Amino acid sequence: MASEQLEEYLETILDIEEQDGVAKTSAIARCLKIAPASVTEALQVLSEKGYVKYEPYHGATLTEQGTAMARKVKRRHRLLEVFLTDVLHINEENVHDEACKMEHTLSDETECALCKLLKAPARCPHGSLISACNRKVESCSACLTESESASACTRDEPLLPVTSLAPGQKGIIAFIRGDTSVVQRLTDLGLTLKTEIQLMRKAPLHGPIEIAVRKTRLAIDHEIADHIFVTARAEKGR
Amino acid sequence: MTGCSHCNGHCASGRLPDRKTEYVVALAGNANVGKSVTFNQLTGVDQEIGNWPGKTVERAEGLLQYRGLRIRVIDLPGIYSISALSTEEQISREFIAHDHPDVVVNIVDASALERNLFFTLQLMELKSPLILAVNQMDLAAKKGIRLDLMELSRELGITVIPLVAIQGKGIVELTDAIIAAVCSPPEPREIIYGKEVEERIGRIMALLPEGVGSYPARWTAIKLLEGDPDTVWEVKKLAPDTVARITAVRAELETIHGEPGATILSAERYHAAEQIVSRVMTLRSGGETGRSITDRIDTIALHPILGYVLLALMLGGLLVWTFIVGAWISATLSALLSHIAPVEPLISGSVGEIVFNGAWTGLVAALTLIIPYVIPFFLLLALIEDSGFLTRFSLMLDRGMHKMGLHGKAIIPLVLGFGCTVPACLSCRIIESPKQKLLAAFLVTLIPCSARTIVILGVVAVFVNIWWALALYLLDFILIVILGRLAFRVLPGESVGMIMEMPEYHAPNIHIVLGQTWQRTRSLIGIVLPSYIIGSIVITAAYAAGLLEPINTLLSPITVLLLGLPIMTGVVFVFGIIRKEMTILALATLFGTTAFSEVLTPVQLIVFALVTMLYIPCISTIVVLAQEFGWKQALGITAVETVLAIGLGAVAFHVLSLFM
Repeated sequence: MASEQLEEYLETILDIEEQDGVAKTSAIARCLKIAPASVTEALQVLSEKGYVKYEPYHGATLTEQGTAMARKVKRRHRLLEVFLTDVLHINEENVHDEACKMEHTLSDETECALCKLLKAPARCPHGSLISACNRKVESCSACLTESESASACTRDEPLLPVTSLAPGQKGIIAFIRGDTSVVQRLTDLGLTLKTEIQLMRKAPLHGPIEIAVRKTRLAIDHEIADHIFVTARAEKGR
Repeated sequence: MTGCSHCNGHCASGRLPDRKTEYVVALAGNANVGKSVTFNQLTGVDQEIGNWPGKTVERAEGLLQYRGLRIRVIDLPGIYSISALSTEEQISREFIAHDHPDVVVNIVDASALERNLFFTLQLMELKSPLILAVNQMDLAAKKGIRLDLMELSRELGITVIPLVAIQGKGIVELTDAIIAAVCSPPEPREIIYGKEVEERIGRIMALLPEGVGSYPARWTAIKLLEGDPDTVWEVKKLAPDTVARITAVRAELETIHGEPGATILSAERYHAAEQIVSRVMTLRSGGETGRSITDRIDTIALHPILGYVLLALMLGGLLVWTFIVGAWISATLSALLSHIAPVEPLISGSVGEIVFNGAWTGLVAALTLIIPYVIPFFLLLALIEDSGFLTRFSLMLDRGMHKMGLHGKAIIPLVLGFGCTVPACLSCRIIESPKQKLLAAFLVTLIPCSARTIVILGVVAVFVNIWWALALYLLDFILIVILGRLAFRVLPGESVGMIMEMPEYHAPNIHIVLGQTWQRTRSLIGIVLPSYIIGSIVITAAYAAGLLEPINTLLSPITVLLLGLPIMTGVVFVFGIIRKEMTILALATLFGTTAFSEVLTPVQLIVFALVTMLYIPCISTIVVLAQEFGWKQALGITAVETVLAIGLGAVAFHVLSLFM
């Protein structure tokens, strides 16, 4: 399977998984406009490579490795969309398709340069969240101001917005992106870097999330929480 | 740590400087740590509520008399930081730093010491004469948290008192400690932060010009390192050249950490707090195991379906109260009071009689609003607020509020609005961003308050049918959503998402609930009573002097031509400015009958109720809007709503006339 095709599959599965919990073969087939039989075949290949957990008649879920890969491609896709829209002013209808083609060939270096050029955008033109990169920086502003020669040392673990944690799951705050006054309010409430937080519950319909931090509970607007990036702790429960 | 009796002896025997007859103690701390309970325990019932000079944040103030000393206790707003981002933070910071209270009692929650100490460290930077009161020791013990308060006292260099305020435990010791501190002001230790930060604080302190502000030099240096705009501006006034050099020091620190100065300092404080907590706290295993009560209640209160059911039940209960119980009490009260003196506008008589009649009518109008409608509302709100349910409702409704440019916290003013618009406008203070605060107040003035509900019920539901009354209600809600979205686009300023602490549930404390209700009612009486009485006198007098005929004529283009109502309704709408449901009374007086269907057509009844529902918020609301936001905004809202009422009334008249 070509890497381009593989990445497309992972992206699609991630999308469906986020909505329905598990990606059914038929749903993937509908999304990619491919016959279900070929999807089944592809899922078996992906399963062998360790990207997905596939159960016939039930559907596929991404493994940790698969999720990381899918998120990385998604991030590139959305960054490219911003670039195509804001810098090149490409016709709105073509932006998505163009980005789809370009995302698979982008190198880490180009991705980072693009992010800096666009001043670390938070959202794609369609309003979806652009996840954080895995460079080892303390904040976006640090990355934007650092000298060109700085070595691009990367994080060992992928970063997730806290909203992507499962209820009960813990994470360590890696960085908070966003407006200074909002970051300040969060910091004053104890959300400092390297602090452990636990996602308690998510309100329905993208409502606020509830987290536990320093033995207190906070409700945080979903949009704000999307900008709090953590490295996830594997174990669940408290 | 109760060993202050020695010092007390000295104080009582005249070692006190006699220049002062009264001492001031400020209670400061995070929200939800039991500050109000402690305040009540310290001061008993002798409380008063006042407005901050120049600012409109409520503060509670009480008197503590102990061993012959008069001590004024001031309950500052519950805040998490003194970074002056919100009005409440600014108030607290100014009070502690400028008004120099003799003692600052910092109340902290024993279960969440780390987060609470963050604020304590800021108070220590301000060199406040500090006492630490560690509250809810019992709950912490249940969770298996053991605190070495002797060690904490040594770490911070101040007196530390354990409290279980709700049971009154530790209050005597706290009072003794306050007296001792009045005697000899405590000087907290200087907390040393990380090397990188300390080195720069030192360099900035060396750069500081003489006589910058009234704050301690170290605090000023820290604020400059944080880039606090107020402090930077103050230094700029005195020594413009120094500012650039100070900014360079800050930039240096920011480059190292890649974060804004203020965030770095906050992280430093948390680091220091962690260190202190690690030395004073031991976690005992075998504390509360399994899920806490709070978690169990939350699985229902925050459940995607059950949560909304619970919410609907509460709101439904409120409406039932308004329509049935409240209306009954109001009618009974009004009947009782009319035995003392007639509660109807007097048309003839001596000047004295007319003035008395106006004042009496106004007083009765105020009482029949406050007692049956407003007080129960406040009581219920205080109950759900104190127990912790209100924050859950805010969370559940946050998404819906977003549609109107608001967030979950705005649920408080909007719910209060069903009772009375005035306290609802006042409660908009809890919203942080000025834009959202004004937006919430605007929408609150559109919520059908109890007075408007009375008109809709008494005019439309009785004489047309209940469906038209409900339709008017529905129309009002649609208008609120549409206007909310419009105003959100038009108003300048930023919107901020919700960040809110979720306290643990606890059984509501009767003193807190009653105290909160009384304080809110009192601040309402202060506004409503005078405007009712004065407004009522003015209109009654104008009525008696025959000045109202010209008003009818003047308003006739609107009332008769646009709205298709009888010419006499002009005066009725003027009456309604004082209080909306007085329009029913005025209508009955002028037509000489309470059977409105005999004198008005169904269309006229609907148009009349529609206009009454929307036009000018009552006079008390205008006054409170002006007090909170300024006259420009108050009159702007009044104008918008009047135009809207007339416009929609005219449309309703012309459209409904076609098929009714």
